Amino acid sequence: MPTGIQLVVNGERREFEKNTTVARLLEQLGTPLERVAVELNLRILDKQDYSRTVLNDEDRLEIINFVGGG
Amino acid sequence: MKDDLLTIGGVQLRSRLIVGTGKYKDFDQTRRAIEVSGADMVTVAVRRVNIIDRNKENLLDYIDPQKYKILPNTAGCYTVDEAVRTARLAQAAGITNLVKLEVIGDQKTLFPDTAGLIEAAKILVKEGFIVLPYTNDDPIVAKKLEEIGCACVMPLAAPIGSGLGIRNPYNIQIIRETVRVPVIVDAGVGTASDAAIAMEMGCDGVLMNTGIAGAQDPIAMAEAMKYAVWAGRLAYRAGRIPKKLYANASSPIEGIIE
Repeated sequence: MPTGIQLVVNGERREFEKNTTVARLLEQLGTPLERVAVELNLRILDKQDYSRTVLNDEDRLEIINFVGGG
Repeated sequence: MKDDLLTIGGVQLRSRLIVGTGKYKDFDQTRRAIEVSGADMVTVAVRRVNIIDRNKENLLDYIDPQKYKILPNTAGCYTVDEAVRTARLAQAAGITNLVKLEVIGDQKTLFPDTAGLIEAAKILVKEGFIVLPYTNDDPIVAKKLEEIGCACVMPLAAPIGSGLGIRNPYNIQIIRETVRVPVIVDAGVGTASDAAIAMEMGCDGVLMNTGIAGAQDPIAMAEAMKYAVWAGRLAYRAGRIPKKLYANASSPIEGIIE
Protein backbone atom coordinates (compact mmCIF):
# COMPACT_ATOMS: atom_id res chain seq x y z
CA MET A 1 0.00 0.00 0.00
CA PRO A 2 1.48 3.36 -0.96
CA THR A 3 1.54 5.74 1.98
CA GLY A 4 1.13 8.97 0.06
CA ILE A 5 -0.72 10.53 -2.82
CA GLN A 6 0.66 11.96 -6.03
CA LEU A 7 -0.34 15.53 -6.84
CA VAL A 8 0.54 17.67 -9.82
CA VAL A 9 1.06 21.18 -8.44
CA ASN A 10 1.82 23.93 -10.95
CA GLY A 11 2.98 21.31 -13.39
CA GLU A 12 5.27 19.57 -10.88
CA ARG A 13 4.51 16.02 -9.75
CA ARG A 14 5.08 15.55 -6.02
CA GLU A 15 4.16 13.15 -3.28
CA PHE A 16 2.12 14.28 -0.29
CA GLU A 17 0.59 12.58 2.73
CA LYS A 18 -2.86 11.10 2.48
CA ASN A 19 -5.71 13.37 3.62
CA THR A 20 -3.73 16.51 2.84
CA THR A 21 -6.08 19.49 2.61
CA VAL A 22 -5.55 22.47 0.31
CA ALA A 23 -4.80 24.64 3.36
CA ARG A 24 -2.17 22.14 4.55
CA LEU A 25 -0.66 21.95 1.07
CA LEU A 26 -0.28 25.74 0.91
CA GLU A 27 1.29 25.74 4.33
CA GLN A 28 3.76 23.05 3.28
CA LEU A 29 4.65 25.03 0.17
CA GLY A 30 5.20 28.16 2.24
CA THR A 31 2.50 30.02 0.35
CA PRO A 32 0.46 32.66 2.19
CA LEU A 33 -3.25 31.92 1.73
CA GLU A 34 -4.51 35.46 1.38
CA ARG A 35 -2.81 36.43 -1.88
CA VAL A 36 -3.21 33.29 -3.92
CA ALA A 37 -5.93 31.54 -5.84
CA VAL A 38 -6.23 27.80 -6.22
CA GLU A 39 -7.69 25.83 -9.07
CA LEU A 40 -8.30 22.14 -8.36
CA ASN A 41 -8.85 19.98 -11.45
CA LEU A 42 -9.83 23.11 -13.41
CA ARG A 43 -12.32 24.27 -10.77
CA ILE A 44 -11.54 27.42 -8.77
CA LEU A 45 -11.85 26.92 -5.01
CA ASP A 46 -13.37 29.41 -2.58
CA LYS A 47 -10.90 30.42 0.09
CA GLN A 48 -13.20 29.22 2.86
CA ASP A 49 -13.06 25.73 1.38
CA TYR A 50 -9.26 25.39 1.57
CA SER A 51 -9.28 23.79 5.00
CA ARG A 52 -12.08 21.33 4.26
CA THR A 53 -11.01 20.26 0.78
CA VAL A 54 -9.11 16.98 1.02
CA LEU A 55 -6.90 16.20 -1.93
CA ASN A 56 -6.97 12.90 -3.78
CA ASP A 57 -4.34 10.94 -5.66
CA GLU A 58 -3.62 12.43 -9.11
CA ASP A 59 -5.36 15.74 -8.40
CA ARG A 60 -4.04 18.60 -10.49
CA LEU A 61 -3.67 22.00 -8.91
CA GLU A 62 -2.79 25.44 -10.15
CA ILE A 63 -1.78 27.91 -7.47
CA ILE A 64 -1.36 31.45 -8.73
CA ASN A 65 -0.30 34.78 -7.34
CA PHE A 66 0.40 38.24 -8.69
CA VAL A 67 3.76 39.06 -10.21
CA GLY A 68 5.16 42.12 -11.96
CA GLY A 69 3.45 42.77 -15.29
CA GLY A 70 2.18 45.48 -17.59
CA MET B 1 -6.84 69.98 -10.74
CA LYS B 2 -8.18 68.88 -7.39
CA ASP B 3 -11.53 67.71 -8.65
CA ASP B 4 -10.33 66.21 -11.91
CA LEU B 5 -10.86 62.58 -10.92
CA LEU B 6 -10.83 59.72 -13.38
CA THR B 7 -13.61 57.21 -12.75
CA ILE B 8 -13.37 53.76 -14.30
CA GLY B 9 -16.20 51.38 -13.48
CA GLY B 10 -16.91 53.20 -10.23
CA VAL B 11 -13.25 53.24 -9.21
CA GLN B 12 -11.99 56.77 -8.62
CA LEU B 13 -8.42 57.65 -9.45
CA ARG B 14 -6.63 60.90 -8.69
CA SER B 15 -3.84 60.15 -11.13
CA ARG B 16 -4.49 59.61 -14.81
CA LEU B 17 -1.29 57.65 -15.14
CA ILE B 18 -1.65 53.90 -14.70
CA VAL B 19 1.61 51.98 -14.46
CA GLY B 20 2.79 48.42 -14.84
CA THR B 21 5.00 46.52 -12.42
CA GLY B 22 6.98 44.37 -14.85
CA LYS B 23 10.59 44.52 -16.05
CA TYR B 24 12.05 46.37 -13.06
CA LYS B 25 15.46 45.43 -11.64
CA ASP B 26 13.93 44.39 -8.32
CA PHE B 27 10.86 44.93 -6.16
CA ASP B 28 12.42 47.92 -4.45
CA GLN B 29 12.90 49.72 -7.75
CA THR B 30 9.32 48.80 -8.69
CA ARG B 31 8.06 50.32 -5.46
CA ARG B 32 10.06 53.51 -5.84
CA ALA B 33 9.13 54.06 -9.49
CA ILE B 34 5.44 53.62 -8.74
CA GLU B 35 5.61 55.97 -5.80
CA VAL B 36 7.33 58.67 -7.85
CA SER B 37 4.89 58.22 -10.76
CA GLY B 38 2.01 59.20 -8.48
CA ALA B 39 -0.13 56.43 -9.98
CA ASP B 40 -3.14 55.14 -8.04
CA MET B 41 -3.65 52.05 -10.15
CA VAL B 42 -1.02 49.48 -11.04
CA THR B 43 -1.17 46.44 -13.28
CA VAL B 44 0.06 43.00 -12.27
CA ALA B 45 0.28 39.64 -14.03
CA VAL B 46 -1.24 36.35 -12.88
CA ARG B 47 1.33 33.56 -12.70
CA ARG B 48 2.02 30.26 -10.97
CA VAL B 49 3.38 30.53 -7.44
CA ASN B 50 7.00 29.48 -7.26
CA ILE B 51 6.75 26.22 -5.32
CA ILE B 52 10.47 25.44 -5.48
CA ASP B 53 11.77 28.52 -3.65
CA ARG B 54 9.77 28.89 -0.45
CA ASN B 55 11.37 32.18 0.50
CA LYS B 56 10.65 34.03 -2.69
CA GLU B 57 9.39 37.56 -2.04
CA ASN B 58 5.94 38.62 -3.10
CA LEU B 59 5.23 41.71 -5.23
CA LEU B 60 2.36 42.68 -2.94
CA ASP B 61 4.78 43.02 -0.03
CA TYR B 62 6.10 46.04 -1.93
CA ILE B 63 2.93 47.30 -3.58
CA ASP B 64 0.32 47.66 -0.87
CA PRO B 65 -3.16 46.75 -2.17
CA GLN B 66 -4.61 49.09 0.46
CA LYS B 67 -2.77 51.97 -1.13
CA TYR B 68 -2.96 51.08 -4.82
CA LYS B 69 -5.79 49.72 -6.95
CA ILE B 70 -4.46 46.43 -8.24
CA LEU B 71 -5.35 45.71 -11.86
CA PRO B 72 -4.56 42.10 -12.79
CA ASN B 73 -4.00 41.45 -16.47
CA THR B 74 -4.48 38.43 -18.67
CA ALA B 75 -1.18 38.97 -20.47
CA GLY B 76 0.12 35.95 -22.30
CA CYS B 77 -3.37 34.61 -23.04
CA TYR B 78 -3.94 33.76 -26.69
CA THR B 79 -7.44 32.30 -26.44
CA VAL B 80 -10.76 33.34 -24.95
CA ASP B 81 -10.67 30.34 -22.60
CA GLU B 82 -7.21 31.18 -21.27
CA ALA B 83 -8.10 34.82 -20.73
CA VAL B 84 -11.37 34.03 -18.95
CA ARG B 85 -9.70 31.37 -16.80
CA THR B 86 -6.90 33.77 -15.85
CA ALA B 87 -9.37 36.55 -15.01
CA ARG B 88 -11.38 34.20 -12.78
CA LEU B 89 -8.22 33.11 -10.97
CA ALA B 90 -7.21 36.74 -10.46
CA GLN B 91 -10.60 37.45 -8.95
CA ALA B 92 -10.38 34.36 -6.73
CA ALA B 93 -7.21 35.76 -5.15
CA GLY B 94 -9.68 38.00 -3.39
CA ILE B 95 -8.41 41.52 -3.74
CA THR B 96 -10.17 42.89 -6.81
CA ASN B 97 -12.92 42.59 -9.34
CA LEU B 98 -10.99 44.52 -11.96
CA VAL B 99 -9.32 42.91 -14.93
CA LYS B 100 -7.16 44.30 -17.69
CA LEU B 101 -8.40 41.97 -20.39
CA GLU B 102 -5.89 40.95 -23.03
CA VAL B 103 -6.45 38.33 -25.70
CA ILE B 104 -3.26 38.36 -27.69
CA GLY B 105 -3.34 37.54 -31.37
CA ASP B 106 0.27 37.08 -32.29
CA GLN B 107 3.61 36.66 -30.52
CA LYS B 108 5.57 39.00 -32.73
CA THR B 109 3.32 42.05 -32.55
CA LEU B 110 1.33 41.24 -29.39
CA PHE B 111 -1.58 42.92 -31.15
CA PRO B 112 -4.95 42.07 -29.65
CA ASP B 113 -7.17 39.38 -31.16
CA THR B 114 -10.16 41.69 -31.16
CA ALA B 115 -12.69 38.97 -32.05
CA GLY B 116 -11.50 36.96 -29.04
CA LEU B 117 -11.40 40.09 -26.91
CA ILE B 118 -15.04 40.91 -27.59
CA GLU B 119 -16.08 37.34 -26.79
CA ALA B 120 -14.07 37.22 -23.55
CA ALA B 121 -15.33 40.67 -22.52
CA LYS B 122 -18.96 39.53 -22.93
CA ILE B 123 -18.38 36.56 -20.63
CA LEU B 124 -16.54 38.53 -17.96
CA VAL B 125 -18.90 41.52 -17.92
CA LYS B 126 -21.78 39.07 -17.45
CA GLU B 127 -19.93 37.56 -14.49
CA GLY B 128 -19.64 40.96 -12.84
CA PHE B 129 -16.04 41.80 -13.62
CA ILE B 130 -15.00 45.40 -14.18
CA VAL B 131 -13.39 44.90 -17.57
CA LEU B 132 -10.66 47.20 -18.91
CA PRO B 133 -9.89 45.84 -22.37
CA TYR B 134 -6.53 46.25 -24.09
CA THR B 135 -7.61 46.79 -27.67
CA ASN B 136 -6.48 47.90 -31.08
CA ASP B 137 -6.77 51.51 -32.27
CA ASP B 138 -10.00 50.51 -34.01
CA PRO B 139 -13.04 52.75 -33.30
CA ILE B 140 -15.54 50.06 -34.30
CA VAL B 141 -14.11 47.54 -31.85
CA ALA B 142 -13.98 50.26 -29.19
CA LYS B 143 -17.68 50.95 -29.74
CA LYS B 144 -18.51 47.26 -29.43
CA LEU B 145 -16.52 46.96 -26.21
CA GLU B 146 -18.43 49.89 -24.79
CA GLU B 147 -21.76 48.36 -25.80
CA ILE B 148 -20.84 45.10 -24.09
CA GLY B 149 -20.36 47.01 -20.86
CA CYS B 150 -16.60 47.42 -20.53
CA ALA B 151 -15.65 50.10 -18.01
CA CYS B 152 -13.33 51.84 -20.46
CA VAL B 153 -11.45 51.14 -23.67
CA MET B 154 -7.68 50.93 -23.81
CA PRO B 155 -6.42 51.29 -27.38
CA LEU B 156 -2.73 50.76 -27.99
CA ALA B 157 -0.54 53.66 -29.10
CA ALA B 158 1.87 51.20 -30.70
CA PRO B 159 2.97 47.58 -30.05
CA ILE B 160 3.62 46.69 -26.39
CA GLY B 161 7.13 47.67 -25.35
CA SER B 162 7.92 49.27 -28.72
CA GLY B 163 8.19 52.87 -27.52
CA LEU B 164 7.00 54.11 -30.90
CA GLY B 165 4.46 56.56 -29.51
CA ILE B 166 1.01 57.11 -30.99
CA ARG B 167 1.18 55.63 -34.48
CA ASN B 168 -2.35 56.50 -35.45
CA PRO B 169 -3.41 59.65 -33.62
CA TYR B 170 -6.41 60.11 -35.91
CA ASN B 171 -7.89 56.78 -34.90
CA ILE B 172 -7.33 57.53 -31.22
CA GLN B 173 -9.13 60.82 -31.79
CA ILE B 174 -12.03 59.06 -33.52
CA ILE B 175 -12.21 56.57 -30.63
CA ARG B 176 -12.33 59.48 -28.19
CA GLU B 177 -15.24 60.96 -30.12
CA THR B 178 -17.00 57.61 -30.55
CA VAL B 179 -17.25 56.24 -27.02
CA ARG B 180 -18.45 57.77 -23.77
CA VAL B 181 -16.47 55.51 -21.43
CA PRO B 182 -12.92 56.60 -20.55
CA VAL B 183 -10.25 56.11 -23.20
CA ILE B 184 -6.91 55.00 -21.79
CA VAL B 185 -3.99 54.84 -24.20
CA ASP B 186 -2.25 51.60 -23.33
CA ALA B 187 1.09 50.37 -24.67
CA GLY B 188 3.71 51.83 -26.97
CA VAL B 189 4.46 55.04 -25.09
CA GLY B 190 8.20 55.73 -25.33
CA THR B 191 8.77 59.07 -23.69
CA ALA B 192 7.05 61.93 -21.91
CA SER B 193 5.84 63.74 -25.03
CA ASP B 194 3.98 60.60 -26.19
CA ALA B 195 1.99 60.60 -22.95
CA ALA B 196 1.38 64.35 -23.15
CA ILE B 197 0.10 64.06 -26.73
CA ALA B 198 -2.36 61.35 -25.72
CA MET B 199 -3.69 63.55 -22.95
CA GLU B 200 -3.81 66.69 -25.11
CA MET B 201 -5.99 64.77 -27.55
CA GLY B 202 -8.53 64.31 -24.78
CA CYS B 203 -7.73 60.79 -23.73
CA ASP B 204 -8.64 60.15 -20.12
CA GLY B 205 -5.46 58.42 -19.07
CA VAL B 206 -2.33 56.60 -20.12
CA LEU B 207 -1.14 53.15 -19.10
CA MET B 208 2.50 52.23 -19.48
CA ASN B 209 5.12 49.83 -18.24
CA THR B 210 8.20 49.53 -20.45
CA GLY B 211 8.35 53.29 -21.10
CA ILE B 212 9.25 53.71 -17.43
CA ALA B 213 10.79 50.38 -16.43
CA GLY B 214 12.97 50.21 -19.54
CA ALA B 215 14.35 53.75 -19.27
CA GLN B 216 17.98 54.15 -18.23
CA ASP B 217 16.76 55.77 -15.03
CA PRO B 218 13.28 54.38 -14.37
CA ILE B 219 12.68 56.52 -11.29
CA ALA B 220 13.43 59.75 -13.19
CA MET B 221 11.26 58.61 -16.09
CA ALA B 222 8.42 57.82 -13.69
CA GLU B 223 8.54 61.44 -12.58
CA ALA B 224 8.71 62.69 -16.17
CA MET B 225 5.62 60.65 -17.03
CA LYS B 226 3.73 62.02 -14.05
CA TYR B 227 4.29 65.58 -15.24
CA ALA B 228 3.67 64.70 -18.88
CA VAL B 229 0.25 63.30 -18.08
CA TRP B 230 -0.53 66.32 -15.91
CA ALA B 231 0.69 68.79 -18.51
CA GLY B 232 -1.22 67.09 -21.30
CA ARG B 233 -4.39 67.00 -19.25
CA LEU B 234 -4.08 70.65 -18.23
CA ALA B 235 -3.46 71.70 -21.83
CA TYR B 236 -6.50 69.73 -23.00
CA ARG B 237 -8.68 71.38 -20.39
CA ALA B 238 -7.21 74.80 -21.11
CA GLY B 239 -8.15 74.49 -24.80
CA ARG B 240 -5.32 74.99 -27.22
CA ILE B 241 -5.19 77.74 -29.86
CA PRO B 242 -6.15 76.75 -33.39
CA LYS B 243 -3.26 76.08 -35.73
CA LYS B 244 -2.76 78.80 -38.35
CA LEU B 245 -0.48 78.95 -41.34
CA TYR B 246 0.67 82.56 -40.91
CA ALA B 247 2.04 84.65 -38.09
CA ASN B 248 -0.03 86.64 -35.63
CA ALA B 249 2.14 89.15 -33.70
CA SER B 250 2.14 88.89 -29.93
CA SER B 251 3.34 92.47 -29.39
CA PRO B 252 1.11 95.48 -30.20
CA ILE B 253 1.46 97.22 -33.56
CA GLU B 254 0.73 100.64 -31.99
CA GLY B 255 3.54 102.62 -30.41
CA ILE B 256 6.38 101.29 -32.46
CA ILE B 257 9.14 103.96 -32.57
CA GLU B 258 9.76 105.70 -35.84
